[in-house]
Amino acid sequence: MNNLNVRFGLRDMFLDGVRPAAALIKYVNINGQSAEIDALDLKHKELNDLLRAVALQGISKVTVKNVFGQRYIGTRLYLPDPEKRLEIRISGNPGNDLGAFLNGHRIIVFGNAQDGVGNTMDDGEIIVHGRAGDIAAMSMRGGKIFIRDNVGYRAAIHMKEYPGKVPVLVIGGTAQDFFGEYMAGGIVILLGLTLKENEPHKAHYIGTGMHGGVIYLRGRVEEYQLGKEVGVRPLDDRDRAVVERYVGEFCAHFGLSAGKILQGEFRKLLPVSKRPYGKIYAY
Amino acid sequence: MYSYLLPEFIVERREDRCIACRVCERQCANDVHAYDPELERMVSRAEACVGCQRCAVLCPTGALLIRPHPAEYRPNSSWTREKLQDLKKQAETGGVILTGSGNDKPYRIYWDHLVLNASQVTNPSIDPLREPMELKTFLGRKPDTLEIDLDNGGVKIESALHPNVPVATPIVFSAMSYGAISYQAFQSLARAAKEAGTLFNTGEGGLPKEMRAAYGGNAIVQCASGRFGVDPEYLNCAAVIEIKIGQGAKPGIGGHLPGEKVSENISVTRMIPRGTDALSPAPQHDIYSIEDLSMLIYALKEATNYEKPVSVKIAAVHNVAAIASGMVRAGADIIAIDGLRGGTGAAPKIIRDNVGIPIELALAAVDKRLREEGIRNKCSILAAGGIRCSADVVKAIALGADAVYIGTAALVAMGCTLCQKCYTGKCNWGICTQDPYLAKRLNPEIAGRRLVNLLHGWSHEIKEMLGGMGINAIESLRGNREHLRGVGLAEWELDVLGVKGAGE
Repeated sequence: MNNLNVRFGLRDMFLDGVRPAAALIKYVNINGQSAEIDALDLKHKELNDLLRAVALQGISKVTVKNVFGQRYIGTRLYLPDPEKRLEIRISGNPGNDLGAFLNGHRIIVFGNAQDGVGNTMDDGEIIVHGRAGDIAAMSMRGGKIFIRDNVGYRAAIHMKEYPGKVPVLVIGGTAQDFFGEYMAGGIVILLGLTLKENEPHKAHYIGTGMHGGVIYLRGRVEEYQLGKEVGVRPLDDRDRAVVERYVGEFCAHFGLSAGKILQGEFRKLLPVSKRPYGKIYAY
Repeated sequence: MYSYLLPEFIVERREDRCIACRVCERQCANDVHAYDPELERMVSRAEACVGCQRCAVLCPTGALLIRPHPAEYRPNSSWTREKLQDLKKQAETGGVILTGSGNDKPYRIYWDHLVLNASQVTNPSIDPLREPMELKTFLGRKPDTLEIDLDNGGVKIESALHPNVPVATPIVFSAMSYGAISYQAFQSLARAAKEAGTLFNTGEGGLPKEMRAAYGGNAIVQCASGRFGVDPEYLNCAAVIEIKIGQGAKPGIGGHLPGEKVSENISVTRMIPRGTDALSPAPQHDIYSIEDLSMLIYALKEATNYEKPVSVKIAAVHNVAAIASGMVRAGADIIAIDGLRGGTGAAPKIIRDNVGIPIELALAAVDKRLREEGIRNKCSILAAGGIRCSADVVKAIALGADAVYIGTAALVAMGCTLCQKCYTGKCNWGICTQDPYLAKRLNPEIAGRRLVNLLHGWSHEIKEMLGGMGINAIESLRGNREHLRGVGLAEWELDVLGVKGAGE
């Protein structure tokens, strides 16, 4: 940064000090079809520069170790060849917006994820062996996210679906307030595995403003915890098939047994209207 | 239909001219006109008339006159007819009063209190018919310094440049989404932008897949609070990406596209289920601070490999200058500011008419603040909200804008008459409707041509005004307040605008 004419200065948190590609090669170890990146001193952009570079080289499996809060992992992988799919295995704790706008790749995190996991994700899969922060799966419109433990506030906010695309979010633990707010589509399964016997879920305002999609909730939830735009129904056979399928996938990812989980009591939360605010206007 | 309301318009039919051809009946989506076979003449229901003038314009014998209904309550400066009618509507429905298009209240229009300069004696004016005149504008972040290499006979820029998008004239079509406007109107804007070498803005309704290859290069694609229609291809096919924080017509609130407008096509383009309301939340739920804004700006840059400028659009509100400074520091390459008079397809009237500040004051304040902080080069400024003619464009640029957004002006060019009923979906001009019968009235080829004509006419007028000032490039006018003088403005207004009074 030069200081010409700059009274207060302007520091760019993302781009200042980013090293050119040539200086980053030492962080990558390529072995045939797979690569390993050591993210220990890499900036957000540097790590994503490397991921893009290895993807463009045709590598399909990347392991990233020592991740400490680097953001947007997977976001820069809208590749010229849309069929090209990567598997990224992350050890450590990726930063915000993990897999934001994700375009069909698979990300597996061995650690906790922060805010914005799968933000506006289009397709692909994110598997978190740990917990996730706020707004997980915000505006997600395709692909699948599996989170082993709890999530923060406003998970699944404004998830959507349309013909041919239905996103799926499975959370092993519980969620915080405004879970499923403004949901317009998609399938969300909340298993409550981190709760004690008979302990109700944590969230209030569940499904506030919900107008599409479905939430399958396992375990206890009180009436006052639900937003006024959701209704509660028992599961029918089709619902059971959906839950069995995705709980099965969840258990396969985390080495759990589906049988006991499926024995728990599930209920289905549905929007009462596709048009929750259709009647508030005078024309 | 409401009881106790006076009709807004009166329909006068000259019976000696009417030939009962029933054109008016077919043209009116509000069912104002009908043929009475017993009387063998046309009859009208004035209370349904919105004053769009479609029937009057298309009547082959000029038999129709539509004008505001002259009936008045007892005159009262405080309790106007509009206030009374609104009260009665709310008493009947208990609802929030909706409206369309921009604020129509008599707030001061500063453009009309600013006059431009021209050269006399002491420097020559330029005739744009015979001398080169540059309107081309680059939108995006500019470097702090420029290193060039002159060694090998040519000029080579050595500094790393940020992505910039050129527009042939400093006029860009503002955000109007497919869904709010018809496919035909949306396509007209896209065609015109491409032909005229400028940009159109998709709004929050997505960009239909079949339009991406042909028109993506002229598109500003929005990423707004509902994230409708956002996928990686949408972001990567565009020229510019815009994060929509606010809109001049409804600062601080979201938007609801009613479910009945969400047809199959709109469902796929917006990526939501058919028939559900498209609800844009008031805030973006991943942005609660400048730091969060920065996070989304860089998420979008990451998603597009740092190849495209990212714009952030806000409504002009009280602390707009400080907010704009934060936006630039957060990494915005373009900041778009939409003023008090910006239009909308639907907004609560109470918000449209009372929230926000005029664009002229907001623009001047932002430009001044960014200059003082030495970061004006870090962004382009797009001014929006109430740009009605080429003189407004010139004045906006002299107050510091790089280019302007036009929305209402473009709609009027396509046929809109500002009847303010956009939210009903019954636009007789085929612009703000999803009814195929109405929408096909708008031919994208013809409407596109009209928009190109508008840009052409304005661009020529801008060149004439620039030439008169003795300037031959729009760049030299940017923020050049010496070419502006205020007329009839108070001291504080001149101070905020940064211009002298006329004669000073």
